Amino acid sequence: MLRFTLERLIGMVITMALVSVMVFLIMEIPPGDYADRYAFRKYSGTGVNVTEADIQAIRADLGLDKPMMLRYFDWIGGIVLRGDFGQAFAFETSVVKVIGDKGWLTLGILFATLLVTYLVSIPVGIFAAVRRASAMDYGLTIFSYLGLALPNFLLALVLLYFANRWFGADIGGLFSDQYADAPWSLAKVWDMIKHLWLPAVVLAWSAVAYQIQTVRATMSDELNKLSVTVARARGVPETKLLIKYPARLAINPIVSTIGFDVNRIFSELPIVAVVLGLTELGELLLRAYLDLDMYVAGAILLLLTFTIVFMNFVSDLLLAWLDPRIKLGA
Amino acid sequence: MTDVTPETTPTKLTAEERRRQKFYSASQWTLIWWRFRRHKAAMVAAMILAVMAISGLFAEVVAPYGPTTRDAKYLDGAPQIPMFCDQNGCSMRPFVHGVSTKRDPVTLRAVSVPDPDKRVYVHFFAKGEANHILGVIPNTRHLFLLDDPKAKLHLWGTDDLGRDVFSRTIYATRVSLSIGVLGVMISFVLALIIGGVAGYAGGVLDSVIQRVTEVIRVVPIIPLYMGLAAAMPKEWSTTQVYFAMTLILGLFGWPTLARRIRSQLLSIRNEDYVVAARLAGARPARIIGRHMLPSFTSFIIVDLVISFPYMILSETALSFVGLGLRPPTVSWGVLLQQAQSVRVIEQTPWLFIPAIFVVVAVLAFTVIGDGLRDAADPYSDSH
Repeated sequence: MLRFTLERLIGMVITMALVSVMVFLIMEIPPGDYADRYAFRKYSGTGVNVTEADIQAIRADLGLDKPMMLRYFDWIGGIVLRGDFGQAFAFETSVVKVIGDKGWLTLGILFATLLVTYLVSIPVGIFAAVRRASAMDYGLTIFSYLGLALPNFLLALVLLYFANRWFGADIGGLFSDQYADAPWSLAKVWDMIKHLWLPAVVLAWSAVAYQIQTVRATMSDELNKLSVTVARARGVPETKLLIKYPARLAINPIVSTIGFDVNRIFSELPIVAVVLGLTELGELLLRAYLDLDMYVAGAILLLLTFTIVFMNFVSDLLLAWLDPRIKLGA
Repeated sequence: MTDVTPETTPTKLTAEERRRQKFYSASQWTLIWWRFRRHKAAMVAAMILAVMAISGLFAEVVAPYGPTTRDAKYLDGAPQIPMFCDQNGCSMRPFVHGVSTKRDPVTLRAVSVPDPDKRVYVHFFAKGEANHILGVIPNTRHLFLLDDPKAKLHLWGTDDLGRDVFSRTIYATRVSLSIGVLGVMISFVLALIIGGVAGYAGGVLDSVIQRVTEVIRVVPIIPLYMGLAAAMPKEWSTTQVYFAMTLILGLFGWPTLARRIRSQLLSIRNEDYVVAARLAGARPARIIGRHMLPSFTSFIIVDLVISFPYMILSETALSFVGLGLRPPTVSWGVLLQQAQSVRVIEQTPWLFIPAIFVVVAVLAFTVIGDGLRDAADPYSDSH
């Protein structure tokens, strides 16, 4: 197990290093650089005449005149060694300050979504496999198709509409007005949980549709195994039998795709955040892109991807623990 | 063929035997088509998609008005459904009620109200706005128009600028579907090259490519697309933005397909016929394209079809948040930009009609993909 863990750990670090290179390249694509945008923003409309020399000075000041390789190492070095993600020009402060506790909010949304996904898809998928070809089974197939086809921002709008009609409350956002800027307290956390269900349901929608099919397929295979027939012949009660034999194995594909689910959730996050008015990393990422605030965008893209890579690592370890055959194969 | 007994002459074949003979002598593609045809849902989906594609292609004829033509008399107007009967009797030709502008007594705002005593008749293939089909063929005919040139028929209502939602949706269908097609084509070419090299060469090159593929797969795709789309200069023309979008979508759409091509190539690269081709001195490109790919073409087609939904949904999502195509280009995503708030659902729900197109198109591609997947291997025994 130790060797397996080490191997995966090294793989994770290599992937993260390559991801950081890619993110840096994306940060470099927009025309112009931080110095141009900073000068434009700071001095436009003030009547001050900004010359090319002034911009050069800013550039030299920030170390942006170095070759790309060096700038990459400056950037990634700052992140790894000092936790410094650079400057957010639109906010005129450091990226770390801009991100603030939004990272934790995003993690909160992520785990709420994963919780909804697995709490719904595992039992429903098992049930669908046991009652194959029933009306519910067909209903679920249609639901799975819709899960892929319905753009989630549309689902968000529709749910928002009905939530407004039925509950009448301001259901969008992550907090009620009185807690939005309040310091963290138990009441605020409770308020957040009350708002969290809507984004969690919207983001979990397509993952649920997909995972139900996965669980159903594995479960159907496992139900035909001899071990199930033998257990049934021995007179093991049906519920106990389901949990002890096929259901145990039907969870494996879900565990192995945790990283995939996290990836999908993060992919949809910025769009859903716009519609639901969430103030987390996805929304900040979109704003940063629109302002071409590339240090903020790069930092968020990096954080999101690192979370995915880390969750992949966790899923590998979990899977190896659940299904020892994996370890031997690796 | 083995069922045909020696004493039966070909002319005396029973219907059953003839059917069998036809089956055994049919080519692979005929068999795929026969099996696909039996998949009812997939056939329906294919027809719906064909109708969509044709209306998009001939948008200039199908749409009664241009995508940016404004009707100042009918802002935020509700859909007008052509009818055959009203309080004044019936007519063979469908008609709608004329619209007259009145002033709201309270707010003094001009509001459009239908006038139940005024009928405007619908004519098919009538002459209207002049345009060029696909920008080339001059055209003045439109699928349907009102006989009064001053009145306009807004089948699906209008937006806040009085632009016809039906016409805009038809034009958007062309843009959105064509972006999907181009995006899929670009990612297919990339997948062919990358997967081909990895699967054929193997070894170190393969490991390096696998690493890079993994890195791209691990980054959340919409934020990645957004990053590239955000970099498009603001002063680019709509055409430039359009092609840049297809490039962006195609540029990162290849990993799944490349993986499929690679694993298939790896599994057959030591087959006798591949070795024979290599020994005969064929170049790698020819061996891959001529000898190896044809053995799994049908699976590649399945993968291509099911990658359409991702392209369409990505384009819609990007345009929806303002990072993709920009007005005056119309795509489903651009149209849905107007429908970002709950207020729109309450007041002008017809602005959501383009969303139905997105859902239907994505569903259609998915169902066709399922049908093709069943048909892709016609020699399997689920017959």
